[in-house]
Amino acid sequence: MNELVAFDKVTCRYGKDPVLVNIDLTVSEGDFVGIVGPSGSGKTTLLRAIAGVVRPIAGRIRRDREATVGYVPQVETVNWYFPVTVREAVMMSRIDGRVVPWASERDTRDADEVLERLGIGDLGDRHIRELSGGQQQRVFVARAMLRRPRLLLMDEPTSGVDVRTRHDVMHLIHELHHDGLAIVLTTHDLNGIAAHLPRLVCLNREVIAVGRPQEVITPDVLERTYGAPLEVLSHGGMPVVVEHYPEVEEVDRTVVPLREGHHGHPA
Amino acid sequence: MDTLLEPFRYEFFRNGIAVATLSGALCGLVGVYVVLRGMSYVGHGLSHAIFGGAVLSYALATNFYLGAGVTGLVAALLILLVARRRSIGADAAIGVITSSIFAIGVVIISVIGTFTRNFEAALFGNVLGVSPADVAAVALVTLATGLTVFLRYRQLLFTTFDPEVAEVSGVSTVANDVLLAIMLTALITVCMTVLGVTLIAAMLVIPPVIGRLLTDSFHKMLWISVVVGTVCGFVGVYLSYYLNWASGPAVVLTAALLFVIAYGVSSVKRRLLPEAALDTHVE
Repeated sequence: MNELVAFDKVTCRYGKDPVLVNIDLTVSEGDFVGIVGPSGSGKTTLLRAIAGVVRPIAGRIRRDREATVGYVPQVETVNWYFPVTVREAVMMSRIDGRVVPWASERDTRDADEVLERLGIGDLGDRHIRELSGGQQQRVFVARAMLRRPRLLLMDEPTSGVDVRTRHDVMHLIHELHHDGLAIVLTTHDLNGIAAHLPRLVCLNREVIAVGRPQEVITPDVLERTYGAPLEVLSHGGMPVVVEHYPEVEEVDRTVVPLREGHHGHPA
Repeated sequence: MDTLLEPFRYEFFRNGIAVATLSGALCGLVGVYVVLRGMSYVGHGLSHAIFGGAVLSYALATNFYLGAGVTGLVAALLILLVARRRSIGADAAIGVITSSIFAIGVVIISVIGTFTRNFEAALFGNVLGVSPADVAAVALVTLATGLTVFLRYRQLLFTTFDPEVAEVSGVSTVANDVLLAIMLTALITVCMTVLGVTLIAAMLVIPPVIGRLLTDSFHKMLWISVVVGTVCGFVGVYLSYYLNWASGPAVVLTAALLFVIAYGVSSVKRRLLPEAALDTHVE
């Protein structure tokens, strides 16, 4: 497989503090990689470094200059009151070689094709706020796809959405990967998303571990990544992370299961 | 008919209405980007900074437009630079930077003791006292700004809506920020002595807000804002002739009246639309 991006001992920083330290990572054509780690661990910076907008202060990033990159931001960062329709939002990414503001026939055809493919073909004239969570995510995937990328970067594509929307979004991402697109996404969802991806990078400013979920979702790696002990169970061969909340369990112990005929009071 | 065309017999009126109409269109155009970036007070702020520049140019005995333009541009760039870092918001950046430059101007006045420019004209403008050269300057800036927005429409839109992804997608957001700073400074420099600080600040905000109330589409908002700015400039100065009002405030009051109408229309529209169509993303 062709290498799209390769990090060689890369260190990046904002201001004085290094955000990424000594990162070695390769993303090749057809890869599907998840980046997990606590808040502030450098996940978004790593995505931005892959995209080429964060420059390293040490190390080297090699990239395939021919490979276009598409970027899907966290929907939580989107200004939903900005006056922009679905079609306008998607068309924004068509910026190359066009000097007049209106869309060419080809632009319109391509945008329609992408919107149709993502199942939002009839929503082009709607304002982006008027869509469901899954449809909103599709708009920004469509905007990235209009660039015809070979590598799609997605920053927490399922944050803040319900279970049904999460399923919908992950189904879409798997379809895009199946069509040959390399995908790198960040996520906080270890059980719902990360455990189902082919390759994971556990990150906390530096790469703690890289491998299949079964290899890296272990108590040792997770403790080194998150700085807190986490229990891992196995369910049908898949790792399942169990979180313990001692304070909550303390309360739980005072609650005795209800008996028939009793309503709301411990027996 | 003759009565309706009567004011156009006077050159001062023809110049005044031309400059007000062009300025209205110009403010409507640039104002869309200003309002959508949450920088509604930049008009007020930059006018203060440009005042500082005007004093500086007076003290150094250099050209007013040069001193005012350079100071305004430096202030606009500093505002955009500070706002990009997001450590403080754009509104706070406007407050800190422009009032500091204004204060420098006041200090210079206190040191040199005199400053002969007309403050009242700077605050409220003198639409009916403009010369053909003023009209030409505003026309030139309007044309250049219109052309810039036309040629960089998608880049400016992408930078305004989503600067981080725009950068990833190959858009030079820094270049677009510099362009916006240049457009704003040019606008305020050529319009300040004609329209005045108060009028510029109002016309940079009211037409885009009317556009936003009436549409959810960016390109429609842009058109509505330009048309509203143009109409307000024309109608305001025209009415001021018959009502014997000051021209600048008449333009602002026309815009304010249109805002009230647009607000009413948008409220009715929101009531008629099903609630689900407005906030379905909050599930």
